[in-house]
Amino acid sequence: MKLRLSFIFLFILVSLISVVFYKSLFEDKNYIPKNINNKIDNISVKEFNTDNNFFLKNLFDEEKIMVINIWASWCVPCRKEHHYIKKLSNINNLKLVGLNYKDKTKNAQKFLEDIGNPFDIILSDTDGTKSIFLGAYGVPETLILDSELTILKKYIGPINSKIVSEIKNLAK
Amino acid sequence: MKSLKLILFLLFFTFLNLNNVFGENAKVDEISKNLRCLICQGQSVYDSQSEFALSVKTLISNKLEAGSSEKDIYDFLKSKYGDWIVYDPEFNNYTLVLWILPLFLFIFGGFLIARKVIINREKNETYK
Repeated sequence: MKLRLSFIFLFILVSLISVVFYKSLFEDKNYIPKNINNKIDNISVKEFNTDNNFFLKNLFDEEKIMVINIWASWCVPCRKEHHYIKKLSNINNLKLVGLNYKDKTKNAQKFLEDIGNPFDIILSDTDGTKSIFLGAYGVPETLILDSELTILKKYIGPINSKIVSEIKNLAK
Repeated sequence: MKSLKLILFLLFFTFLNLNNVFGENAKVDEISKNLRCLICQGQSVYDSQSEFALSVKTLISNKLEAGSSEKDIYDFLKSKYGDWIVYDPEFNNYTLVLWILPLFLFIFGGFLIARKVIINREKNETYK
């Protein structure tokens, strides 16, 4: 009787562990925060290569959404996603903002000369602290904001054609 | 004379580091030790040299200069990255089990041991 009980116990334990292990096979290994405050403060950010400062809310003209793409010339995936960022610049009703992250001005300029500048405006985050206000981790990262500065979507890593069409739908 | 020079030499470096031990840097270190680096998971912001961690350290320093308290900084980062960024989890509904379970196991284990001891003692007494 005792042997049987311990067998059942062992069986349940092993199946429980197997289920947990099997489920975690498909889980994302990186932590992506939930329950975060999705509203961004209306911070002032310096424009790239000028001395002008802009408040994020003032960047909106009549557009429905704003796309902030965080990039750097030293970031290899940024170069790869640039093709898709260019596609975003063709979408109406969308303000395309680049945030140059911890970069040397000269290198960043060279990057844009090489593969083009699709951005409506480029802001500069020389010490990486502005990106923290946006709740970003690093480069590349793309945030979609509405005119109240609420984050509608956040894409960590390079964007692709699927994401481009998602953003297109959001701008409608 | 030689030893005096040595003492002065050592004192010079001690004073150079004073800001790291007592000043604002010490506060930055203290706060960043309790923050998890989200890029290089498994390391604290203090230990990490990733761009993210370096930016967080700059931000802490800026915020301290602007007069923010330690709690303000933790709250700010939690609002941006969630509770997980802090190593010391707060007591709330989500972390209830985390806090209660060790206590429960401790009491339960103590109960099991006590029971065993009492049974053994009773057995020994009956043998006597």
